[in-house]
Amino acid sequence: MSVSEEIEHLSRRSFLRIAGIGSAALCLGLYVSEKAGAKVVNESEASLADAGIALAAWIIIHTSGKVTLICHRAEMGQGVYHSIAQIIAEELEVDLYGVDIQLTQGDEKKYGSQLTGGSSTIRGSYKNLLKLSATAREVLIMAAAARWGVDPSGCYAASGHVIQKSSGKKLHYGELVADAAKLTPPKEVKLKTRADYKVIGKGSLRRDSPLKTNGQAVFGIDKRIPGLQFATVERNPRLRGKVRSFDASAALKVPGVTRVFKVVMGVWDTDREGVAVVATSTWAAMQGRKVLKVEWDDSGFEHVSSPEIFRRQQELLQNSEGLSLSTQGDPTGIIARAKDKLDVVYETPYQSHSCMEPVNCIAHYQADKVEIWGPVQAPNWIQDYVSKKLGMDREKVIVNMTFLGGGFGRKAMPDYPYEAVMVSKEIGAPVQVVWTREDDATQGPYRPGISYRCEGAVENGGIAALKFRMAGQNNDHWMRGDSGKANRSTSEGFLKPYYESIKHISFADVPFKTPIPTSFWRSVYASTNGFAYESFLDELAHQAQKDPMDLRRQYLKDERSQLLIDKMEEVSGWKNRKKNEGYGVAITECFASTVGHIVKVSKNGDKGIRIDKVWVVVDCGWYVNPDIITAQVEGSVVMALGAATIHEITFKNGMVEQRNFYDYKMPRITDIPPIEVHIMENDENAGGMGEPGLPAFAPALTNAIFDLTGKRIRKLPFDLANVH
Amino acid sequence: MINLNVNHKKYRIDADPDMPLLWVIRDIIGLTGTKYGCGVAQCGACVIHLNGEAVRSCVTKLSRGAGQEIITIEGLSANNNHPAQVAWNEESVPQCGYCHSGQIMSAAVLLREKPNPTDQDIDDAMAGNICRCGTYLRIRKAIHLAAELQKKEGGTT
Ligand code: FES
Ligand code: FES
Repeated sequence: MSVSEEIEHLSRRSFLRIAGIGSAALCLGLYVSEKAGAKVVNESEASLADAGIALAAWIIIHTSGKVTLICHRAEMGQGVYHSIAQIIAEELEVDLYGVDIQLTQGDEKKYGSQLTGGSSTIRGSYKNLLKLSATAREVLIMAAAARWGVDPSGCYAASGHVIQKSSGKKLHYGELVADAAKLTPPKEVKLKTRADYKVIGKGSLRRDSPLKTNGQAVFGIDKRIPGLQFATVERNPRLRGKVRSFDASAALKVPGVTRVFKVVMGVWDTDREGVAVVATSTWAAMQGRKVLKVEWDDSGFEHVSSPEIFRRQQELLQNSEGLSLSTQGDPTGIIARAKDKLDVVYETPYQSHSCMEPVNCIAHYQADKVEIWGPVQAPNWIQDYVSKKLGMDREKVIVNMTFLGGGFGRKAMPDYPYEAVMVSKEIGAPVQVVWTREDDATQGPYRPGISYRCEGAVENGGIAALKFRMAGQNNDHWMRGDSGKANRSTSEGFLKPYYESIKHISFADVPFKTPIPTSFWRSVYASTNGFAYESFLDELAHQAQKDPMDLRRQYLKDERSQLLIDKMEEVSGWKNRKKNEGYGVAITECFASTVGHIVKVSKNGDKGIRIDKVWVVVDCGWYVNPDIITAQVEGSVVMALGAATIHEITFKNGMVEQRNFYDYKMPRITDIPPIEVHIMENDENAGGMGEPGLPAFAPALTNAIFDLTGKRIRKLPFDLANVH
Repeated sequence: MINLNVNHKKYRIDADPDMPLLWVIRDIIGLTGTKYGCGVAQCGACVIHLNGEAVRSCVTKLSRGAGQEIITIEGLSANNNHPAQVAWNEESVPQCGYCHSGQIMSAAVLLREKPNPTDQDIDDAMAGNICRCGTYLRIRKAIHLAAELQKKEGGTT
């Protein structure tokens, strides 16, 4: 199920309920049915439970007046911990800085999918959360009005209190909990309009920030439980390799090392083998690992090398039409007959996520259950995977979410929690398995390396046809094994309005496989598609002798796109720029938000190219926190800058060549251009914002370089210092 | 047994003198604010103060810390109120937050040594700290703000 289907699904199957938990608190949430389809709302609690429906307690109001909000998704930097609270505080009328916020456990029955990916948290839950919070507020008002014997319309809520307008009488929410739990909530509540918002739409200071400036925030790697042991695993450096034999004698002599044994980690349908070293501290485990002697079995799979990977992809692109994802009109025919056409190849590298917090997980395997604590993006997937592998009931796999020191898609994989479970099972005790930075760099999974063949025909100063083919690894093949289908993400990033005005377009996936494990990487395929497709549009604009912005205006006819382009021109001074002054533009759509980048570059003496400025205009519809959006865009630009100009993962003879930040280098404070972010104001459905700021940066940069130097860059990464 | 003085508290540590302070602090003393990011002096997530100097605890041996004054992020201020901490919050710098213990510890030394840091000073002092979430522009802003706050606070220049 895609994220958007998931969102649809959630809104179809959820309905609001209110319930008391004992007499100590008022608990408000949504009932979410496991199966799609209608459920009768007024069934009893018990029958709802039987039908697999549970209350997702998002708001808990204690009799003391204390309010606890649940953050049901992973907080990995993107700010949901704060923005979920912001949404609830607005309609519930409580003080944003007075409420408790709690991270939670994986529980799909309560919260729907908790897969924190696809920039889906806000866009997937805001409507429900607004309604839930407003309903809670109304019920509390009803309870107060009944207590005072007045009409509810004469009362209002503010800062966790219900107040009677005429008398100024006041009760705090906690005093109303017992009464409110007995009331039937109104079916319809009036939601505030944007003009009424006091909390939403404003850039309030993040609630998680203070925890992250004094060492208090508990990331997965910081979690401690009684009896915890520490482990690290020497895995086969070849990505599908096995262990032939190992000698643990030296490792076992390292003080603190307690156990050494073979462990098998599942990466979806494949297994990877390694040797686990368990010790009383992380460092002792690492020391033990250093003196391990392992013989690997590297048979039965291909030992790939990077040049060969891309050569094969590009050969396939020349010889195969691939699996069609979508075709409109007859681009192949038009291009075959066209006089003025382009046929070029783009190439994007494998990349590591390199979350600042290396991958790690705590597992405690017990006879009747498994408990997991860790920095995880997809608790429900872990439950699925671990329960399936162990043949255990899904409910017996308990996944507790901590703060994540970055996720970027890597921490949506269930491989490392499963590995921790296997280590815990072997030692019969809770264990924290920590991946070293080198493990993180060399073991993957990675963003897939992809080649694109882009063909286009130009006619009458415009685009007559577009034909795109990609050859790169399909993440679905890793997750689901349905290898006969075109990659559904072949067109990700490409703006939908283009389909309206360009009559002949096709996208195809030319299947390509290697043993390299791949996974989502921030903005997923848009992060690479965007580079190919938006660079190619720039090429066609030049071929048609059109201003690249005008070309986009010509083909993005819908009002939102036109307004976005207006804004992009306005903030960057696009129209006043001089010829070949070094301006580039790109626009991509990703997870229901459209983002346009303009990059300005100049010559940097004999040091190649300098980025002078980046302007970003975001249309994400209805939004919660403009400051968090701005931060997400700033971060996305930095991440895109690294992936476009600094680092790449390469393979040699089946092994990754990079090991740590000295050879997989990151952008640093000295590399960052000024970034100016603008957000479009409208009331359209909310789009995602954790990822959509990323894809358009690289093409805007290389388009700017073309504008300045006439040099077209079709392969990432490239070194800014070497462009002249 | 090695005597350590961490955040003005004394500890007697029974461990390999070669064990990096990072792991002593995290796994033995149990202060987890200091982070592991690379283990090879590349990222700055593990920065602590050793006698007031910013050092990378992942490559600083326990033996070197013996009897010295060590401050970690938990001990930087009594109440999350060092000017850098205040400024970091004011500018909403942290995203995932994992790098910021180290960032703040690096910035605190810069602010003591150069109370009015220029952008170049900030580049020089902070280039050793990686932020994968890309909060660099805000780090720069926050350091300038912290310098202001520091001035107001103590008249210290
Ligand atoms: S962990 Fe010490 S510098 Fe990276
Ligand atoms: S805030 Fe995530 S690494 Fe810096």
